[in-house]
Amino acid sequence: MMLVPCPNCGPRNASDLRYVGESHSRPNPNEVTPQEWRTYLYMQDNPAGLLKETWYCRSGCRQYFTALRNTSTNEFTNHPLPGNKTGAVDPSFHYVSESKSDTNDGASS
Amino acid sequence: MTRLPLQPGEVIDRSAPLNFTWNGDQISAFTGDTIASAIMANGNRIFARSMKYHRPRGLLTADFWDPNSFVQVGDDPNVRSAHRLAEAGMEVTAQNVWPSLDYDVKAANGVVGKFLTAGFYYKTFMKPAKLWPAYEKVLAQFAPGGKVDLNTPHMYHDKRYAHPDVLVAGGGPAGMAAAIAAAEAGAQVMLVEHEHLLGGSLLWGTEADRAVAAELVAACEAADNIEILLNSTVTGRYEDNWCAIAQRSHPIAVERLIKARAKMLVVAPGLIERPYVFAGNDKPGVMLSGAVRRLINLYAVKPGQKAVVFTANAAGDRAAEDLTRAGIDVVRVVDARNGGNIVAAKGGAKSVESVELGDGSTVEADLLVTAIGWTAPTSLLNLAGDRPAYDPVAARFFSSQLPDNILVAGGLAGDGTTDQLIAHARDTGELAARRAVVIAQTLQRLTARAVNVDGDIAPMPADDRTTLRRDPHPELHRSTTHGLVDYSEDVSSKDLFSAAKEGYDSVELIKRFTTATMGPSQGKLETVNTVAVLAEARGETIAEVGTTVWRPPYAPITLGALGGRIFEPVRVSSIQPWHEANRATPILAGQWVRPEHYGDPAGEVRNVRENVGIIDVTPLGKLDLRGRDVPKLLSMLYTNKWMQLPIGSVRYGVMCAEDGVVMDDGVTAHIAEDHYMMTTTSSGAAGVWEWAENWLQTEHPDWEVHITPVTTGFTSINVAGPKSRELVARLTDIDLDPETFKYMQVRTGSVAGVDNCFMWRIGFTGELSYELHVPSGYGLHVWETLLDQGADLGIKAFGLEAQRIMRLEKGHFIVGQDTDGLTKMPSVGMNGLIKLDKDDFAGKAELAISLEQTNLPKVVAIQTTDPTIVPEEACQIVRAGTNEIIGRITSSRMSPTLGRSICLGQVLPEAADAGSNLTVVMTTGERITAKVMEHHAHFDPEGERLRV
Repeated sequence: MMLVPCPNCGPRNASDLRYVGESHSRPNPNEVTPQEWRTYLYMQDNPAGLLKETWYCRSGCRQYFTALRNTSTNEFTNHPLPGNKTGAVDPSFHYVSESKSDTNDGASS
Repeated sequence: MTRLPLQPGEVIDRSAPLNFTWNGDQISAFTGDTIASAIMANGNRIFARSMKYHRPRGLLTADFWDPNSFVQVGDDPNVRSAHRLAEAGMEVTAQNVWPSLDYDVKAANGVVGKFLTAGFYYKTFMKPAKLWPAYEKVLAQFAPGGKVDLNTPHMYHDKRYAHPDVLVAGGGPAGMAAAIAAAEAGAQVMLVEHEHLLGGSLLWGTEADRAVAAELVAACEAADNIEILLNSTVTGRYEDNWCAIAQRSHPIAVERLIKARAKMLVVAPGLIERPYVFAGNDKPGVMLSGAVRRLINLYAVKPGQKAVVFTANAAGDRAAEDLTRAGIDVVRVVDARNGGNIVAAKGGAKSVESVELGDGSTVEADLLVTAIGWTAPTSLLNLAGDRPAYDPVAARFFSSQLPDNILVAGGLAGDGTTDQLIAHARDTGELAARRAVVIAQTLQRLTARAVNVDGDIAPMPADDRTTLRRDPHPELHRSTTHGLVDYSEDVSSKDLFSAAKEGYDSVELIKRFTTATMGPSQGKLETVNTVAVLAEARGETIAEVGTTVWRPPYAPITLGALGGRIFEPVRVSSIQPWHEANRATPILAGQWVRPEHYGDPAGEVRNVRENVGIIDVTPLGKLDLRGRDVPKLLSMLYTNKWMQLPIGSVRYGVMCAEDGVVMDDGVTAHIAEDHYMMTTTSSGAAGVWEWAENWLQTEHPDWEVHITPVTTGFTSINVAGPKSRELVARLTDIDLDPETFKYMQVRTGSVAGVDNCFMWRIGFTGELSYELHVPSGYGLHVWETLLDQGADLGIKAFGLEAQRIMRLEKGHFIVGQDTDGLTKMPSVGMNGLIKLDKDDFAGKAELAISLEQTNLPKVVAIQTTDPTIVPEEACQIVRAGTNEIIGRITSSRMSPTLGRSICLGQVLPEAADAGSNLTVVMTTGERITAKVMEHHAHFDPEGERLRV
């Protein structure tokens, strides 16, 4: 189980949080067409790569936050603060859960 | 007896003898013996019969992975007798033999063995499909494994969470050295050893080896920051070093699952000796070098009288020395490094009698020892995404690419003298400790509110260890004859050749088709030989064929440990002691234990309709909402309007998700300026809170609202019935005059002397009722006071069942019972509550679409033609004369008030009009008729009783 870095509580088991899903901005319900609304509800980008997504720190601070995650490596590369709808990036944030150095293990020569 | 005199490294305690039985015979053992070593010391060589051919089998590896060692111990099946320690009084029996281990009728399979080749079951029992039940009965007789006793008492299992800096998998010399070095560098270390003692292969080595082991063990035991777990296995490694450890050595629990989040994982499991494939390689008396060295040195057991040793490495040479020292006649040492080979083990089914060598000669012997190479147990590395690569010079697999939080030590990393391996492992442990510090600092920095790390975090320390060498080793897998590749599954190299010829020539296909590597040793002994034989059949190299992927668990774990201790809280209200004292029948509703009834639910209903009853509704979700913008939040969550709700009033609302599906419903009261109290369904309490927070935190962070969940802060009691006003008036200072305190209004005041109670006039039961929310510490007091004061009014407590009957009489739907995950709000017949003229609310866009839809099912009240028949909930409603489903019964009860059966159901619009005739299919298949009612409420549709 991967660790998810909550901005308040730090890295936590993913099961401590609820995965809300991909972050897409909500269309104005008064202007949206049925097609657009259902695209918003049901269609996911599901990329192999960078994805902006929402998490809820269910067992900790109970804050919703958005994070940018590489779905192939689970690398969290930036990290807007809670409730930040603009998606502003915290440039100091970089969490590589499974880093791989260039140097290899002693097992191979 | 074949017990040897005192051996210098023996682990048995001759001063502590014990006895157990083996197939009814007395076995004398010593403390420290495994079940298998004791049985063998008593002169027995045969432990089991093989799975398919029921061939007699003796020990092969004499350790945890021995495929021939499975026995039944009392009611415990499939015990690994070469690993489990002997205990006094054990009743040990052979498995899957009939009538006995010595004379097994099913061995007749051996005669017809040609019919049981690879894929036999698939090909033979596929057709005709209708005969499968008959096939299954016969085949079940042949299934391997012990007997499961369904009456076995439940034993205690446990779970634990751990956060070591460095987790070391393997307690041999490398694992111990790594643990010691990491601990010296300041790391908290968890050292996990599969066997009962630390030491690994040093334990059955020379005196010098044992001295090294003793020194390392002493250092591990002396270190305060090393936790040693014996007879435990790291069974899996998952993302971010989330590791599963099966601890079989817990003093109380049968088995404990430890979930360890290790900053660094050091993998040092050693190497597993590989069997050789040749004719007769499963005859009792054919053993690997590790088996004889364990038996002689650890347990002082003489494995045979006359031995042939086939060796390709130092382990085989040492085995020959050990055998000689133990007084066994080593009649021939065949050295593969000089081109020697063995061709076949010959003799009767029960023992080797002679060995045919590669030079054509035959040597008489009752013991054939092979030492032909090693399998690298790379499972934990595979689980970290590693794809180990085969090195044909060293004749084994090595790690190729690992994340920084895993390091490898010991034989898995390379070759060397004991000193060199220990030195490399010490470097590994020290590097692991340094990396653990960097990982800890990185994690610390991610916690914005934690005390932060001074200065910059150091970069991940580079791997500066000296690389271990790789010694050349002959590549030996199969001789010139065919023999068994998988002992557990009775799969021979011949089977693999023919499967490859049939087209199952990829390693993943051949595994599934022949079941090779799928037995209880899970490929530890078989995988490399399977790949090698397949490579031979394809005329390719092992590297070209590739391997199957090792998957967790590394070693089997019991279901009990996985189930473990469940960390699930049980919630009860403050009135629970009264419920228990008054023999309430409990019902589990989510985490809550609630009274279902107190013996007579129908009587409880009648008493509420005629007199007065009280029900404990504490699990009702309660959210305290404060702030200027609460009405905006309520307007967002509910489909109806909330901006003008006067202080002192209560309103009902329905919440929809953004897809228009009904999510929850309940009432919310405007208690005071900027102060509201929301109630939700009992099961929806947590979800609604998260849902509300989502809107506040992400879409409307500018709204000033603060939500406090107070579900258990208040004990909630509904007082219902025509005499409820008279009763409540005796207890409260709140003015209950129906002209001023009307239906759907809320008041604050004291009840039974308790201040700060909320009281609102609502009614799920359809009767005049007052719902009291009292500070929970006083819940039981208020409850008992109500009962006391209402004695002359005929008061009785009622439970959940009575409430469900009364709500059904009133036609109130329950979210999740009468609706499901597809039920949009227009289906529940409350379109008047959908206010599309509001600027925005959850689900608005979808509800605007679905209000136009004409094909949505409707929730309707239904009554059966025969008033005595109560269709079971979930019975289908079909179009008359067909099997076409057009709806279903969602709730049904016998109404004590009306004396007839009543239902709610969902039906398609074509059958939803009042008076429509319905056909309901009962669970028996019988069809009955029913009718759609005009109102949802079967009783008092005008709601006069609750407005009085």
